[in-house]
Amino acid sequence: MLIKTIKINDIKSSEITSESSYYARRDFLISLTAIGGGIALGSLALESKAKDLKISEFKENKWTKEYLGESLTSFDDITNYNNFYEFGTRKTDPSKNAKDFKSKPWTIIVDGLCGNPGRYSYDQIIRTSNLEERVYRFRCVEAWSMVVPWVGVPLKSVINLFNPLSKAKYVAFETLLDPKQMPGQKSNILEWPYREGLRFDEAINPLALLAVGIYGKELPNQNGAPIRLVVPWKYGFKSIKSIVRISFSEHEPQTSWNMASASEYGFYSNVNPEVSHPRWSQKKERRIGEFFKQPSLMFNGYQNEVESLYEGMNLRKFF
Amino acid sequence: MIKAYSTLIIWGVLFFPLLSLLFLVSQDGLGANPIEFSIHYLGGWGLKLLLITLLISPLRILLNWNWLSRNRRLFGLFSFFYISLHIIFYVGIDQFFNWHDILDDVFKRMYITVGLIAFLLLIPLALTSTKKMIKKIGGKIWIRIHKGIYIAAVLACLHFFMMRKGVQFEPLFYAGLFSLFFLFRIYFYIRRKNQ
Repeated sequence: MLIKTIKINDIKSSEITSESSYYARRDFLISLTAIGGGIALGSLALESKAKDLKISEFKENKWTKEYLGESLTSFDDITNYNNFYEFGTRKTDPSKNAKDFKSKPWTIIVDGLCGNPGRYSYDQIIRTSNLEERVYRFRCVEAWSMVVPWVGVPLKSVINLFNPLSKAKYVAFETLLDPKQMPGQKSNILEWPYREGLRFDEAINPLALLAVGIYGKELPNQNGAPIRLVVPWKYGFKSIKSIVRISFSEHEPQTSWNMASASEYGFYSNVNPEVSHPRWSQKKERRIGEFFKQPSLMFNGYQNEVESLYEGMNLRKFF
Repeated sequence: MIKAYSTLIIWGVLFFPLLSLLFLVSQDGLGANPIEFSIHYLGGWGLKLLLITLLISPLRILLNWNWLSRNRRLFGLFSFFYISLHIIFYVGIDQFFNWHDILDDVFKRMYITVGLIAFLLLIPLALTSTKKMIKKIGGKIWIRIHKGIYIAAVLACLHFFMMRKGVQFEPLFYAGLFSLFFLFRIYFYIRRKNQ
């Protein structure tokens, strides 16, 4: 069988998709589709159900590995080095403590200033045919970074489903609150549920992604299953995980790290090597898997795409 | 028997964290960010051993464990050893001797300033740890110098607390332990004075 059902948490490190084998397999599947037509592959993909996404069907976009020109962080590192305080504060806690997390069925509540508020199921929000693979840099505020092949849909396409009103100036997100499943929520290191937000124009920027997978597989629990935000020009904590609520509002929403320490974590939190954090100079970062630090880039290298959002703003003040 | 071999056993125990680290290195077991892991690991053991050093006198008073207190200096020196490695790793591996960035950290990152002061305070303690030095400078001055361990421990706990994002349990736990030992010492100091 070409595609097996794989439980991501059961994968031994020896079996983990390397970057080259992942792309080799994908190229092979794409060529299969071209030769045999989509039917045969479709049935194979169905058998693979659980954790494999149907990787032959990604919509084309420009954010490919070739376009970025940087090598991918390994699946092993992306899934075993996580900041997801709902599952513990150590980097290795989420991969251990999120094993039994139930990400299905999943409901997202949509409310606030929009024409179609209500409860949406995962399938109502994510159409498989709309999935794209996007290879983005991911820069944590702690001065480490990765390159991740996300799978998801543009946030804008999802926002459009809800028909936001013109009064809506901000989009707020919330993570699931469930201390039984998320043991980290029993300590009050942050005010739960985890909250994040974007200005409306940031949210509909074409870069913003709602991710449901990595490496062509469903998002592992420790990476924010089943659905998370990815805003690659901002520090990682803005990319909120396991989203259960999306709200449209006129006013800037409260965000978790900002509530915990406003002097350290601003609402915008754009990657900015010129504005240092009290604990980390943001001038450089260590790419996971590399020895030497490298210079950090303004807006994490996405200046062309997002610069216009912040025209005329003092980014030292609005950090 | 235990008393006879205690020093040997203690040497083994004190080297164990370093051996574990070397074992993990050989197994490629340091995780996705081995540099960060090693630095935190070494600093963590430095702090743990610093607190254990401070625990020894209370244990001697409470349980009459003289065999342990004979080795107090060893615990202190090993704590200094791990803290030194912690700093060598930061300077030589994490920053790769980029003095510009290191100075930037020392002056702008408060937790690094605090950590460095704690380390500097421990240097005279390590230098005056031999019997020869005690004789040379005299017991009274020696005791005064070595009271510095309390300030260093406070700063080390603070360094750890500030390094973590938000208010986290582990640094508070260490700070709590330190406060406990310190209160104990004060209690005994007062009791002895009143006797």
